[in-house]
Amino acid sequence: MAADAAPPIAVRGIGKRYGSVVALDDVDLDIRGGEFVTLLGPSGSGKTTLLMVIAGFIRPGHGSLTFGGAEMVRVPPHRRNLGMVFQNHALFPHMDVAGNVGFPLRLRGVKGREAAARIAQALDLVRLGGFGARRIGELSGGQRQRVAIARAIVFAPRILLMDEPLSALDKQLREQMQIELRRLHGMLGMTTVCVTHDQREALTMSDRIAVIERGRIAQVDPPQRLYEHPATRFVASFIGESAFLRVTKQDGFWSLAGRRLHLAAPADLSGPCLLMLRPERLRILAASDAAEVNVLEGIVEDVVYQGESVLVQVALAEGSRVGVRAGSASGAMAAIPPRGAPVRLALDRADTVLLADDGGAS
Amino acid sequence: MSGRAAAAANRAALLRDARRERMRLFGLGTPALLLVIVLMVIPVGWLFWLSALADDGSLSAVNYLRLVALPSYRRILLATFEISAAATVLCVALGYPLAYTLSLLPERLANLCLLGVLMPFWTSILVRTYAWLVLLQRHGLVNEWGMRLGLWQRPLELVHDVTGTLIGLVHIMLPFLVLPAYGSMRAVDRECLRAAASLGAAPMQAFWRVFLPLSLPGVLAGALMVFILCLGSFVTPAMLGGGKVIMVANAIATDVQIFYNWGAASALGAVLLVLTGAILWAAARLAGSERLFGGHGG
Amino acid sequence: MSGHDPHAGHAGRLWRYVLSGCVLAFLVLPTLIVVPMSFSASQYLEFPPQHWSLRWYAAYAGSAEWRRATATSLKAAGLTVLVATPLGTLAAYGLIAAGVRRARAVPALLLAPLVVPVILVGIGVFYVYVRLGLVNTLAGLVAAHSMLALPLVFLVAKSALEGFDLTQETVARSLGATRLRAFLLVTLPQIRFAIATAGVLAFLTSFDEVVVAMFVSGGDNATLTRAMFDALRDQIDPTIAAISTVMVAVSSLLVLLVQALGRARR
Repeated sequence: MAADAAPPIAVRGIGKRYGSVVALDDVDLDIRGGEFVTLLGPSGSGKTTLLMVIAGFIRPGHGSLTFGGAEMVRVPPHRRNLGMVFQNHALFPHMDVAGNVGFPLRLRGVKGREAAARIAQALDLVRLGGFGARRIGELSGGQRQRVAIARAIVFAPRILLMDEPLSALDKQLREQMQIELRRLHGMLGMTTVCVTHDQREALTMSDRIAVIERGRIAQVDPPQRLYEHPATRFVASFIGESAFLRVTKQDGFWSLAGRRLHLAAPADLSGPCLLMLRPERLRILAASDAAEVNVLEGIVEDVVYQGESVLVQVALAEGSRVGVRAGSASGAMAAIPPRGAPVRLALDRADTVLLADDGGAS
Repeated sequence: MSGRAAAAANRAALLRDARRERMRLFGLGTPALLLVIVLMVIPVGWLFWLSALADDGSLSAVNYLRLVALPSYRRILLATFEISAAATVLCVALGYPLAYTLSLLPERLANLCLLGVLMPFWTSILVRTYAWLVLLQRHGLVNEWGMRLGLWQRPLELVHDVTGTLIGLVHIMLPFLVLPAYGSMRAVDRECLRAAASLGAAPMQAFWRVFLPLSLPGVLAGALMVFILCLGSFVTPAMLGGGKVIMVANAIATDVQIFYNWGAASALGAVLLVLTGAILWAAARLAGSERLFGGHGG
Repeated sequence: MSGHDPHAGHAGRLWRYVLSGCVLAFLVLPTLIVVPMSFSASQYLEFPPQHWSLRWYAAYAGSAEWRRATATSLKAAGLTVLVATPLGTLAAYGLIAAGVRRARAVPALLLAPLVVPVILVGIGVFYVYVRLGLVNTLAGLVAAHSMLALPLVFLVAKSALEGFDLTQETVARSLGATRLRAFLLVTLPQIRFAIATAGVLAFLTSFDEVVVAMFVSGGDNATLTRAMFDALRDQIDPTIAAISTVMVAVSSLLVLLVQALGRARR
């Protein structure tokens, strides 16, 4: 199934409106050949619309879309030669597994022994070897999704699109399939665009993640960069848990409610900004610990045991509320003050992230 | 950047594509629409036009004035209304209990019975009317058995009269009432009734206060359909009325076939259509057109 | 759902069961009673027949006129299926695939033949056909009957398509199928039962239709129903009992066929 190089996808100035609602607002996006990019965003953000524009099922109002430099925006979907996996797998119930997987081959005039060989190969790839004669009704949810994937890759498309491919599966199966999809992508190397609203799924599978907010791309970056250095408050709050503290710059120093902070902030930021606090980046200081670089003081409001970790809700002295995640090992548990007790939190300078205060709603 | 230029250039082409696709999909319905327009809208429109013309071809209301002035036409309109109303009442009286009983039966048995209710739908109206002719005639089965059982002494005039017409109409129209009524009764949540009972409603009270209002939409939709179809009925009065029962449709046919009086026929037809339309419109305003058409679908 | 009746005592219940039984019998028996009568040997229609015979069937089969009328009816009904089924299905598909919710006029127009009094269609079509020279032609009859059958086909196809997951067509197109092939390979095989039902309804609409046939079919192209209607005006000919029986058999067979198809699919 190895074939010529996977083409890059270039989205330029794509816009789409439904009446007065802007679904896509002049979107630009570059996807490198062979890259796995996830479109991540809340429902209604336009991520599925963008995928459907790439697939050809939604015609944008304007803009350009190229695959490997060739303009595709007016090409009908059946001539775009891309594989696609849908949310509800949408297998054809009137065909057996081999019929489903062989469907794109049938459309391309591949018949007989060659078709059979390629169907078997595709089924092997999704670990369903020997399932060809099964009826769709006999398959489990996970198997159905694998068949849908086999059907989308059997004709060796160089681009693969996936619309919430795993959302119908339960949590455990979903995590397993995320690894599977990564593995398949590694083997076949197609340019892959996947839509999801599940940030964890996006972080697990993608080379890069494009976060979409109200028809615009808020940030495109590799998972780690996106998590560590979100560009906006929206991205920060959409990926991972976080609290935000308003900080100000005075005489070249950042401070929070009068207390000086040591932040790894770009020099060009000034004026009121937001300090992002991730629960797992805060540490609870024992009374005996020496003063750290950044210390926040507060009262423990609640301690929530969550199995692998403990979430401590802290009301800070200047009024805001933050969460702190501590390990659930017995030593760490013992160090957590009880509800109502005062607590001091430490934040390392390297873990501080400052965001421009865009005034967006929390 | 050249992408911007492409974006601007594609705008017109994409709009053109979108319009073309919409036209193509819409075009799939054109043959069907054309058929309906050529064979129904245009002919019926033509009838309306004819009805507004006098014998000499000038525009006039003479055809309509004649409908009002001539007692024979008044009688026909009145009879049509009376017979349709009577048939509708009879259908409700007979159909409601049947639908109610069916709705209480286990689903399987009810479906079997529904097959019986549906049977008239797939047997020709002529076959059924013929059957009534055979059963109700002077020496027919009903008279023979009635006399043998001593219920009456001399053969009753059951057919070739209003009685026969009514029997035939009710027979033909019952399914149109029973099906939607049954549908809406099945949809009534039995929990509601149990709740009513638990709140202390006597069985009859629960029926009148809860079940009847909930089942009413289906019954009304059915009754309306029955009434409208009765207004336009032709075969039944023609065959079972024995020339004594003349409803609007029969008068129209006679005017055309025997008197070649297109003016009178078209005026009558216009009145019939406007009445039908008005009733449908009023009902749609009351209930929402979806339910009306959904009532007897399938 | 239990069979208990929450609204009445024993007597009331019994009374209602009896009434319902009578109504059901009223609906079914008259049509069925013609069947044994048609096998009577007597000049008069009797029930139960004292002597059985096939003489009325022989009379039916022996009459060139009845045979011709039967052939016309079957031809017209068959052709109506061929015209109305694709037209109605296409219209339903176009409407649903275009996703046009605003266009209310289209379905209203397509459903109009259901509620417009058929006598108006009869004389209206007659008026048009006189000018087009289509009176008493098979083509004219088929066109009119197709128009009458359209709403039924449209309704059945539309509800089938509404119950069908059109994403499957989207999938097929993403995999390289044109709209047409997606419809033929994916959608059609899955709604074929509904389409068959629609076809049977179209057949019955034409086969049983009297009023329009009365106006626009005649001469060599008179339908069976028209011939029956004319014959019944004069007298109660027992041959018609035989014809009725045949018609009921044809219709019932078709309906049973569709039912069987539906069951086999499951």
